[in-house]
Amino acid sequence: MTPSQTIAAPPPDKIKVKVDGREVEVPRTVPDPITGKPIPTTMIQACAAANVDVPHYCYHPKLPVAGNCRMCLVEFGTPALGPDRRLVMNPDGTPKMAKSPRPAIACATPISPGMEIYTSTPAVKQMREGVLEFLLINHPLDCPICDEAGECKLQEYSVEYGKAESRFIEPKVHKPKAVDLGPRIVLDDERCILCTRCIRFTRDIAGDDALGIVNRGSYSTLTAYPGRQFDNNYTLNTVDICPVGALTSKDFRFQMRVWFLKETRSICTSCATGCNITVGSREGRIYRYEPRENDAVNACWMCDYGRLNYKWIHREDRLTQVQSPKSRVQGRPATWAGALAEISELLARAPQGSVAIIASARQTNEELYLLKKLADKLGAATDSIPRSGEGDRLLLNADRNPNAQGARLTGICSADMGGRIAEMARAIEKGAVRTLVVFGEDVVKHGLGAGLLGKLETLIVSDILPNETTKLAHYLLPGCAHVEKRGTFTNAKGRVQKFMKAIEPRGDARPEWEFLHELVSRVTGQQGDANLEGLFNRMAKEVPAFNGLAWAGLGNTGVTVSL
Amino acid sequence: MPSEFRLILKYADEPGYTPGMECYLRHGGYEALRKGLALQPKSLPDGKTQTGPEQIRDEVMKSGLRGRGGAGFSAGLKWSFVDRKSGKPIYLICNADESEPGTFKDRQILHKDPHQLVEGMILSCFANDVHLAYIYIRGEMPQGARLLNQALAEARAKGFLGRNILGSGYDLEIHVHRGAGAYICGEETGLIESLEGKRPYPRIKPPYFPAVLGLYMCPTIVNNVETLCVVKHVVAMGGSEYARLGTPNNTGTRIVSISGHVKKPGYYEIEVGKVTIGQLIGDPAFGGGLRDGRKLKAVIPGGSSAKVFKAGERFKLKRKGPDGKDAEKEVEMLDLPYDFDSLIAAGSMSGSGAIIVLDDSTDIVEVLANISEFYAHESCGQCTPCREGSLWMSKALHRLTHGEGRKQDADYLVKIADNIPGGRTICAFGEACSWPVQSFVAKFRDEFVARGLADEAGRAGRARAAGSTPEMKLAAGPESVCV
Ligand SMILES: Cc1cc2nc3c(=O)[nH]c(=O)nc-3n(C[C@H](O)[C@H](O)[C@H](O)COP(=O)(O)O)c2cc1C
Ligand code: SF4
Ligand code: SF4
Ligand code: SF4
Ligand code: FES
Repeated sequence: MTPSQTIAAPPPDKIKVKVDGREVEVPRTVPDPITGKPIPTTMIQACAAANVDVPHYCYHPKLPVAGNCRMCLVEFGTPALGPDRRLVMNPDGTPKMAKSPRPAIACATPISPGMEIYTSTPAVKQMREGVLEFLLINHPLDCPICDEAGECKLQEYSVEYGKAESRFIEPKVHKPKAVDLGPRIVLDDERCILCTRCIRFTRDIAGDDALGIVNRGSYSTLTAYPGRQFDNNYTLNTVDICPVGALTSKDFRFQMRVWFLKETRSICTSCATGCNITVGSREGRIYRYEPRENDAVNACWMCDYGRLNYKWIHREDRLTQVQSPKSRVQGRPATWAGALAEISELLARAPQGSVAIIASARQTNEELYLLKKLADKLGAATDSIPRSGEGDRLLLNADRNPNAQGARLTGICSADMGGRIAEMARAIEKGAVRTLVVFGEDVVKHGLGAGLLGKLETLIVSDILPNETTKLAHYLLPGCAHVEKRGTFTNAKGRVQKFMKAIEPRGDARPEWEFLHELVSRVTGQQGDANLEGLFNRMAKEVPAFNGLAWAGLGNTGVTVSL
Repeated sequence: MPSEFRLILKYADEPGYTPGMECYLRHGGYEALRKGLALQPKSLPDGKTQTGPEQIRDEVMKSGLRGRGGAGFSAGLKWSFVDRKSGKPIYLICNADESEPGTFKDRQILHKDPHQLVEGMILSCFANDVHLAYIYIRGEMPQGARLLNQALAEARAKGFLGRNILGSGYDLEIHVHRGAGAYICGEETGLIESLEGKRPYPRIKPPYFPAVLGLYMCPTIVNNVETLCVVKHVVAMGGSEYARLGTPNNTGTRIVSISGHVKKPGYYEIEVGKVTIGQLIGDPAFGGGLRDGRKLKAVIPGGSSAKVFKAGERFKLKRKGPDGKDAEKEVEMLDLPYDFDSLIAAGSMSGSGAIIVLDDSTDIVEVLANISEFYAHESCGQCTPCREGSLWMSKALHRLTHGEGRKQDADYLVKIADNIPGGRTICAFGEACSWPVQSFVAKFRDEFVARGLADEAGRAGRARAAGSTPEMKLAAGPESVCV
């Protein structure tokens, strides 16, 4: 390096530092994870920029810094200043370093220009070994029966940075095991390494100061506030961020070894926020949802309600057979080919305006787009059904449909979703609408009662689970849970996000976009796209709001469109 | 002849001296306050003007006053770090948590002369534009808290506190806050957390330097009781005059608590550095010597966390010779001047000014076990090395003092202790709990090894008698439940 390089000042908003000899330029400040205000960049962030991993337990990029585990201790130096307050230079023209006599925690120590961070010196290794030894002395070492095994940072770092044997021969401190912390969480205090991540999450992110530590020193014990349950809509995030197996989910514990789980990138469908998730499945079964980081949507979190809303996928009464009027009479299932041929013929013959379509805002953008195409061809009125609950200030949206914006942007409904249902009911009543297509909604509950539906000539229904409407259907087309197919949703803020398939559909069920594509092709006579990428890209061309998007360009975290 | 020099405790032990306002006023009380508040802006040679508060800060800097709480940090410098541009209020906290074993000096002031502290605090607050201050007093001193509250009420009644103090336009309120019995509440950032109503978990520095992000995330000054009392005298006599007391860089007077195996344990105020450790132990004016027939074994010179000195230890100290040049001089432990710098140079510290004297009747292993049990009990438990290490050491020492030792326990202890201090922990408690272990084992290694060997032999003997192999029983440790 030439002296001019070392003296050349980086842009004012950047700082140059060296991590283990490698120079990196990093922003001077980063946003505070809670307030968003700029705060000084720390060593651990500079190390990450240099692709150097600093082992850590208590640090979490989305939480306030605690600095208590001491795993991230590093050595460092800063440019030496002479009595004239100017840099002292080495003979080779580089600035002379004044090495700090004391180590620093990388997670809390701000960087300064010209700083050198040393993460793998003998002293640093020795300090890490020391911390790991301390963390393990009172640990129960029950990895074989621990749910965290395979995801445990204590296991991982012990292998990577620890020493094989412990010198500890004293009796261990015993603490409460299997503590019922709240309706969804069990705590093993002996495994807890007191990193306070869970405390900070629930206090600073969830806004519920429910957890804390009682007793002192080595007897310190994590607990819920005395007399209180740890019960808010975000408790299960603490299980994700607990670096060890101290906090476990009642839903998931002992269900499955994590290394057997297949992980699939997906989206939560329980509200309009569209939290990014990872679906854990094995052999056609969903075992858990976990949040997947997306700073534009959910950071690293998701709500308990959405996380646990997957059980219905494995309900025994899932719709798995295609039904048609003929098959109902014959008492055996219809075939997809037969049913789709009959339906397309029927729709192709239907007079303009005699068909109405009620889609679901739980369907994907592609499916809604196809239904809208169908509607345009048939001169059919369309709408969908709003679904709402109580929202909160963190993630949960009052709009419980995952794709309400998609329904609006594709033109399935107006801003006032469901506003046309009453009119449809009148048209059915009058006999103007004689064929109704319903996707994924129990319209009997939403203004189209059984008597009214009885007036229709044809009721075509696609759904996943049985309900009053599916019972009345002439044609019943079994559809897929989103984990059984691919597609995109548009969240409340207009973020178009894709999800991938985790498991196979049940029985004869097929992804709705697949059979809708066939139906639309037959009714319109236009050959569409039989693959999802092509379908999405075509939709992006045709639907103004999605112009410019491409399936490949959505990445893993989506793209925001203007609403 | 060395003798006490009483400045802070000048009147405290006079017969008839009471902690009330009237008595204090009769002894010239609050005159320094009148003087401080009346200071007029002064123009400096460089054309700038210095306000009254700035002049007081300047005098404190000139006085060379070093904190009497433990670290001996320059009070003037600490005040100069205060962020005065933040637009937030500045707080001042008096640290009256006095909990370091062996230390009982602040309570003399609190119990016998609380108005001196109040006057010192008002001046310190005035000097630093503080309008709200707290006295954090340890829970075990209910009488001190009562007396302080009484003193504050009297000061309010006299117009020394509250709005427009003595017509100066300056407002100040002081509140007393009682701790609930935790040593760590004496650590300034743990204290601040406690004052905010939280667990006293010391804060990480950076970013939470009290001078910038202290109480309620506002700039905050934390000073010890004795330190704040000194400010009154600095204002009264002037910084330079105060600096003539004591020795260079170790100015003023200091109250030393002497405990242990001396004839006259107690508190003695001395000019810093003008009296040696040997004099403090042996002179009739101070400790009055060891009990008859006893020999000195060890001295813990600055509260229980300070590294121990062994009788007869010699140190090479750098000293400025008469020619102004640094010269190395060998000094026997007892000849060390009792000041900040000499004790640091000798590898320990004067800490809270508490000298614990141990004679040859002492079982040094028991002493360390006792000290370690205290620290294991008082570790706040926030950071890994101190939380786990403090109890580990205590358990090992418990074993070693209950017949279950091993010859390798000396090394075992030092290896544990070595992983705690030196910046590995959030606060200096890490040092406080590991320094005793490191120094006791280093200096009295033979006794630790001998104890382990004796235990091993004892177990082997018992096993032979019973016809089995020797086995160690691991007791549950010094305590298994902690509140
Ligand atoms: C573990 C620990 C305990 C402490 N306890 C006390 C105490 O009881 N009283 C005290 O004045 N300072 C105590 N200190 C020192 C304070 O942190 C702080 O430095 C001091 O109050 C500052 O005052 P000074 O500058 O006037 O000395 C303690 C420090 C540590 C690390
Ligand atoms: S339960 Fe887990 S997250 Fe919470 S403090 Fe313990 S180790 Fe950390
Ligand atoms: S906030 Fe909404 S999208 Fe996120 S997890 Fe909860 S229900 Fe699912
Ligand atoms: S060093 Fe000890 S007392 Fe200080 S913060 Fe850490 S655990 Fe608490
Ligand atoms: S990660 Fe830095 S102290 Fe825990």
